[in-house]
Amino acid sequence: MTVQQPNSFRTGPDERGHFGIYGGRFVAETLMPNILQLEAAYTAAKADPGFQKEMDHHLTHFVGRPSPLYFAERLTTKLGGAKIYFKREDLNHTGAHKVNNVTGQIMLAMRMGKKRIIAETGAGMHGVATATLCAKFGLDCIVYMGAVDVERQQPNVLRMKMLGAEVRAVTSGSHTLKDAMNEALRDWVTNVSDTFYCIGTVAGPHPYPAMVRDFQCIIGKETREQMQAAEGRLPDSLVACIGGGSNAMGLFHPFLDDRSVEIYGVEAAGHGIPSGKHAASVAGGRPGVLHGNRTYLLMDADGQITEAHSISAGLDYPGIGPEHSWLNDMGRVKFLSATDDEAVAAFQLCSQLEGIIPALEPAHALARVFDLAPKLPKDHLMVVNMSGRGDKDLASVEAYLASKKK
Amino acid sequence: MTTRIDRRFAALKAEGRAALVTFTMAGDPDYDTALAIAKALPKAGADVIELGMPFTDPMADGPAIQAAGLRALAAGQNMIKTLKLVREFRVSDNDTPIVLMGYYNPIYIYGVEKFLTDAIAAGVDGLIVVDLPPEEDEELCLPALKAGLNFIRLATPTTDDKRLPAVLNNTSGFVYYVSITGITGAAAPDATKVSAAVDRIKRHTKLPVAVGFGVRSAEQARAIAENADGVVVGSAIVDVLRGSLDKSGKAGSGTVKAVTDLVSALAEGVKSARRVPAK
Repeated sequence: MTVQQPNSFRTGPDERGHFGIYGGRFVAETLMPNILQLEAAYTAAKADPGFQKEMDHHLTHFVGRPSPLYFAERLTTKLGGAKIYFKREDLNHTGAHKVNNVTGQIMLAMRMGKKRIIAETGAGMHGVATATLCAKFGLDCIVYMGAVDVERQQPNVLRMKMLGAEVRAVTSGSHTLKDAMNEALRDWVTNVSDTFYCIGTVAGPHPYPAMVRDFQCIIGKETREQMQAAEGRLPDSLVACIGGGSNAMGLFHPFLDDRSVEIYGVEAAGHGIPSGKHAASVAGGRPGVLHGNRTYLLMDADGQITEAHSISAGLDYPGIGPEHSWLNDMGRVKFLSATDDEAVAAFQLCSQLEGIIPALEPAHALARVFDLAPKLPKDHLMVVNMSGRGDKDLASVEAYLASKKK
Repeated sequence: MTTRIDRRFAALKAEGRAALVTFTMAGDPDYDTALAIAKALPKAGADVIELGMPFTDPMADGPAIQAAGLRALAAGQNMIKTLKLVREFRVSDNDTPIVLMGYYNPIYIYGVEKFLTDAIAAGVDGLIVVDLPPEEDEELCLPALKAGLNFIRLATPTTDDKRLPAVLNNTSGFVYYVSITGITGAAAPDATKVSAAVDRIKRHTKLPVAVGFGVRSAEQARAIAENADGVVVGSAIVDVLRGSLDKSGKAGSGTVKAVTDLVSALAEGVKSARRVPAK
């Protein structure tokens, strides 16, 4: 089947929040007025140069942007093909790309006069970023986190608590990220007048997917400039891991209309796609409606959402941002996947070759770089989004390797 | 075109009382018990039956209804069986309206056209789909109305006068007023505030207004039935059902009776309400 491609991939969503058939506003009526209010506030903020100026100030002085575009020399030599650069989002304050989006949303919350912030988190990086900005600006912060994730991401739980946030362990459903999002939505329905829901990825009801994307696009914009400065041209390919897909969208979006740039999203294949125990919504799912949007989801034949499986808590979600679903169908982004085994191997190799301990999430992207790069010429410029650092994952990786030895 | 829902509310209006609308989850705790409960509800005093379509991720429901959905799914409930339950109910009752309530994804995956055809054939009268606001009317609301089903919309305390017409447009059967900002089975509604909200909605529509979320006792049902056209009780019924299960979560010998006893008491509450004259 050939797909009719649009003139531009960067004009979505439409006024009702649709990217093709994806996106939308599938929420309870109680939330609709809030969502419309948020959309209006965001539209006004976007048009206000003062808002952007204030964002830029915090991104420079608090987050520490721009993040470097780093030439991974030993990895490049080892793989013997494409020249590999890392976009070092792991060097941001709080240790991941999540803070870019949170900075924007918290500033918006303050403009809207909302003093109580709620968030969902998987690996805890979004929770930590939200707790951090709430501490900085003196806002109440409640983070919903699946009980399973509270267990496997203890360092981030301790960080959030130290920052003054309340971490609520979620024991409904499968005790992971999707259930944390359900609980956050239930909180929002209950405390709708004073509460701002700070969603951590490019998913949820419109305007979240577009708004979070806009806040994350700083990643791709900087990458363009930095690659121009380093090599005098655009990169040839981009690779990023995808759970909900905010780090990937932030890197990809500014390049979507540069047709020469190949774009790869890497989903978590867990124990392997055929095993059914994975978190690859595009490879192993189909379009459905959950958490406010239509998108690729993992589900059974009856439309019941199935549990995602991944060693990476940040990718352990049975859906994906709606714009990614559309970019997949349009053929603009190629979706690949990497298993737990492959991600852990990449985690170790990157640590030992480059002196950079990656988070398990970008380790999935690295795993595919290992087979993409060697087949490419030496003048091929490849950018991998190093979306977060791996300190939080050391215990998980240690336990995983110990279990493999048995 | 009148539906069973229209006829039932018209008859109750003539009687001068509000409707008791009960919510139970299809397939909770198992198909046969859920069918036996549904069949027993009208005699116990339910005027309109809401049947939950179980979903793994019910984002507007509290713990009681979440657990009911998971019990039903664990017992093998799915959309085919939910429609079968309605069909079997209709064999012996062709008057009591049945409204299916749930979330969009199981309907979307079943296929909207096929779902509407099969639901009508089974004897369903109306739909309440929590995650389909007016902004998404093209998905299911408009096709359902065209096919002859009632599409019952939720109005909430956050639905202001400016937004209310959009919510009421394309609503039929009755309007479901959500008495609290919150999830099902959470806080108790304030009867005075609810009464004012019902009046506010009635200024915008001729449709009956039923009130739900947080109504647990006969006394609360009575207070709300003074002004509203219907009282919806869900979590309290589901809780009583859960309390009747044996240790392994299976239906006990008293499960059906536990539910009908509560429903009878609620019905008494609704019937004893002193109706406020229509304004």
